[in-house]
Amino acid sequence: MELARHLLSTGLSTISDVLPIAAIIFGFQLLVLRQQIPNLKSVLYGFVYVLVGLTLFLVGLEEALFPAGKLMAQQLTDPVFIRGTMHVIGETLHWYDYGWVYLFAAAIGFSTTIAEPALIAVAIKANQISAGAISVWGLRIAVAIGAAVGIALGTFRIVTGMPLHYFIIGGYIIVVIQTAFAPRMIIALAYDSGGVTTSTVTVPLVAALGLGLASTIPGRSALLDGFGLIAFACLFPIMSVIAYAQIGEWWTKRQRRKQREDDPDAGD
Amino acid sequence: MEQLRSFFVTLTSSIRDLLPILLVVAFFQLVVIQQPFPDLARVLTGCLLVVFGLTFFIRGLDQGLFPIGESLAYAFARKGNLFWLLLFAFALGFATTIAEPALTAVAGEAARIAADGGHIADDDDARAGYALGLRITVALSVGVAILTGVYRIVRGWPIQYLIIAGYIGVVIMTVFAPSEIIGIAYDSGAVTTSTITVPLVTALGVGLAESIKGRNPMTDGFGLIAFASLTPMIFVMAYGMII
Repeated sequence: MELARHLLSTGLSTISDVLPIAAIIFGFQLLVLRQQIPNLKSVLYGFVYVLVGLTLFLVGLEEALFPAGKLMAQQLTDPVFIRGTMHVIGETLHWYDYGWVYLFAAAIGFSTTIAEPALIAVAIKANQISAGAISVWGLRIAVAIGAAVGIALGTFRIVTGMPLHYFIIGGYIIVVIQTAFAPRMIIALAYDSGGVTTSTVTVPLVAALGLGLASTIPGRSALLDGFGLIAFACLFPIMSVIAYAQIGEWWTKRQRRKQREDDPDAGD
Repeated sequence: MEQLRSFFVTLTSSIRDLLPILLVVAFFQLVVIQQPFPDLARVLTGCLLVVFGLTFFIRGLDQGLFPIGESLAYAFARKGNLFWLLLFAFALGFATTIAEPALTAVAGEAARIAADGGHIADDDDARAGYALGLRITVALSVGVAILTGVYRIVRGWPIQYLIIAGYIGVVIMTVFAPSEIIGIAYDSGAVTTSTITVPLVTALGVGLAESIKGRNPMTDGFGLIAFASLTPMIFVMAYGMII
């Protein structure tokens, strides 16, 4: 019964999310473009699938994973737990006492990114457009590794209390340098993958982790230091996707060279 | 029959998508924190819902969001009227962001911080006004972002110069913005791009690049999301400076 109510309320809020989008699309279709949408019936069914899918997805996450994940974030950042597992010497906790927190941050960053529907969508599109040169799983894993590194580093920043913008500006400098050497076709996709990592699945869990950490560490304010983790999760996938393309390029070049060495008669 | 089979293929891949989270949560719960799951039946029901939800979403993606984004792009390219295309881009960015639940949550938090810091009066009206102003700011910034991104595709400008210019804008704003807004500003870039907006906007960009002569869908078609996650940072810091 409670589940039914939850489904209903989430369904309604998903519909209200989609309404403005649908209004704009159909408004422009009818008033400006003045033409029929091809396969209208199938497209409408598609929208219904998206609505039903997102509703089930959100309710499922809220029923199963978010309570456990949020509780876990709280328990892992609890000073009592950290004292118990890390054999802390002395009174104060040091940044290296938070080992489990970093590991959890990286693991949750990786796994939630893999399940992120928006990233799946972009990966499918990139795979179609590149005629298979970019594999769906390759891109998703590259983005997930970036998010994992980013969120782990973000928790480290909260623990040590270093200013957020040093990391972000440092990250920008690395991205600019990487861009100069990156294969041209990956650049736009890499910049996009920063934004798609963080939506439905990642944000609630990561935000809980940041707030949990910031509220238990002395000298940190939950409101001021709890933010910024999402920004890390956004920035680092750009680097990892460019790196993925560079490694891929290097690999194909090597394979080609090897092929030529093995079979000198075959032309390229 | 064929449909049923493809449904099961998507279903199994959805299970695979979800497996990493389950493993991580189970590992930390059982091995690190060493506590059993509080309500196993509920967790299992939830997982089932997530798997079916993801499966439906992927179907709807191929059948609804991608085709509509592309057909709009083709129609606008055929019509050849830049004004309507840019207006559409702006409206899409604005409308999808203003109602975004994640943004509403962040705006509420931001209002609390501003009230704590004494920038605005600490009462409900002042906070609600501040939060609404912030939401409109972010929605405007996403509208501007999609508009700029679409214009870039039409003109074929290389994306990196615009993005690097955006980075410089963020850095300059960081120097002048009040320090308590910086964290929120940086995060607000990420929360604007929802699960429905991303596929739609991606299909629009790629469709435009495909239908305009001389554009490459791979180098020119992507990048709209990148703008949408960059401009909110600049706009939110500006908002923090003005208010």
